[in-house]
Amino acid sequence: MNILIDYWPLFRDGFLTTIELFLLAGVAALVLGMILAMLRVSPVPVFRAAGTLYVTVVRNTPLTLVFLFFVFAYPYLKILKLSYFTAAVVALTVYTAAFICEVVRSGINTVPLGQAEAARALGLTFGQSLSQIILPQALRSVVPPLVSTLIALLKNTTIAAGFSVAEAGRIRSILSDDGENQLAGLAWVSLGFVVLVLVLTMAQRTLEKRWSVAR
Amino acid sequence: MSNVLFDTPGPRARVRHRLLAVIGTLVLAGLVGFVAWRFYDTGQFDGRKWEWIEYTYVQEQLGTAVLATLKAFALGAVLALLFGAVFAAGRLSEHKPIQAVSAFVVELFRAIPLLILMFLFYYGLPTVGVKMSAYTAVVLGLMLYNGSVLAEVFRAGIMALPRGQSEAAYALGMRKTQVMVLILLPQALRSMMPTIISQLVVLLKDTALGFLITYDELLHFAQFYGGQGQFARPFIPVAIVVAAIYIGMCLLLAWLANYLQKRERRSKKHIDLDDGGTKSNQLVLAGDAGAGGAGAAASA
Repeated sequence: MNILIDYWPLFRDGFLTTIELFLLAGVAALVLGMILAMLRVSPVPVFRAAGTLYVTVVRNTPLTLVFLFFVFAYPYLKILKLSYFTAAVVALTVYTAAFICEVVRSGINTVPLGQAEAARALGLTFGQSLSQIILPQALRSVVPPLVSTLIALLKNTTIAAGFSVAEAGRIRSILSDDGENQLAGLAWVSLGFVVLVLVLTMAQRTLEKRWSVAR
Repeated sequence: MSNVLFDTPGPRARVRHRLLAVIGTLVLAGLVGFVAWRFYDTGQFDGRKWEWIEYTYVQEQLGTAVLATLKAFALGAVLALLFGAVFAAGRLSEHKPIQAVSAFVVELFRAIPLLILMFLFYYGLPTVGVKMSAYTAVVLGLMLYNGSVLAEVFRAGIMALPRGQSEAAYALGMRKTQVMVLILLPQALRSMMPTIISQLVVLLKDTALGFLITYDELLHFAQFYGGQGQFARPFIPVAIVVAAIYIGMCLLLAWLANYLQKRERRSKKHIDLDDGGTKSNQLVLAGDAGAGGAGAAASA
């Protein structure tokens, strides 16, 4: 208990940075993932191939390697200078977007073909059938796995601690520099994550209950 | 090709698609060209940057690094499967205390980030006098985290079997253990095999976290040789090679998952699950956002 009180600012700032990383990377990954999903279901073969290539490569690469690339290798290309924090956001976004893409794509695939056919038979335009028939149904089946992906993203932010971002995973090394009890510190960090994950899981359950598809 | 979103294209749509294809190709070519130009401009294609790969010593080091990764993967996978089986059985047990304890353990280790678990073992435990090597810490972390996810996968697999299976077995006079071992487990394992292998792909990728607690594996190799001045700091070439090795290993596993799934579908012993396996796929997705490669993508 003492360690939490003595080092309260450290814990607070660490978890705030974690949440900031999570929110920034989450929003960016949602946008990029959505674009990738659109590429993957597009009627144009080139777009589909590009989307598939991206997803296959990124999903089979460890996140740590993506971090390693953006922090150590990328600067050698001399394109744009990234701070450690930005590099972490970019790495998390690039990685998570591939998973979000798959979740969204499989959500679109769960909508039965008959729904779209019926919409067109009724004379709805492409925009109407997409916004009023397909997306509302797809969204419902997408939400639970989407939140699971976001929970994974939250846990993955800890890897940034290994690459000079002062977030919750980094608390340990600062405690170690001060010669404090690392076990106690790490136990508190774990508890913090359990609480954060619990909050997200609860949100997931609520949404799932409210939006579950009756089919 | 018609799907939920699009009709089979007519003549005008085909022209539009062709136009889009041309534009898309140009944009993609532009992007790839830009990256390639940056590579060329900063000398990543110079022979000097790739020389490192010609040294026998470096090749041996690369081999050792791959072996270290595989060693952590192999032991971690075996232990995670055992852990998963034990705790899945615990959660399905009829004794309330066992059920509660197993549920607590599984949910706890699924919520703590794997890296923090590894930190706990490697940096935390020495303060209470338990010292362990980085390898042990990596393997223990992999076991606890992936084992918990696998426990949920096993449980979902057994729960998704049609109720008639166990009812018939009880009607034949089998005992609890017999029903589980002889009837439910073999069928659940067979139907869950692709999902289990997807989780093993996640486990393989997670061995890379060992890098952050100084375990000597592939990423450590990448960082060490990438920074070597005598090879002109070939960070990008090394990263490309290491990424190719990881992707190759993961795709092999994913391919195995696909192959098993196809064989399973053709097999006479195939039975349809109640929920079509979607629940377990979600579990693995939750598992680090890491259902394995192409295999799971195709089944989704």
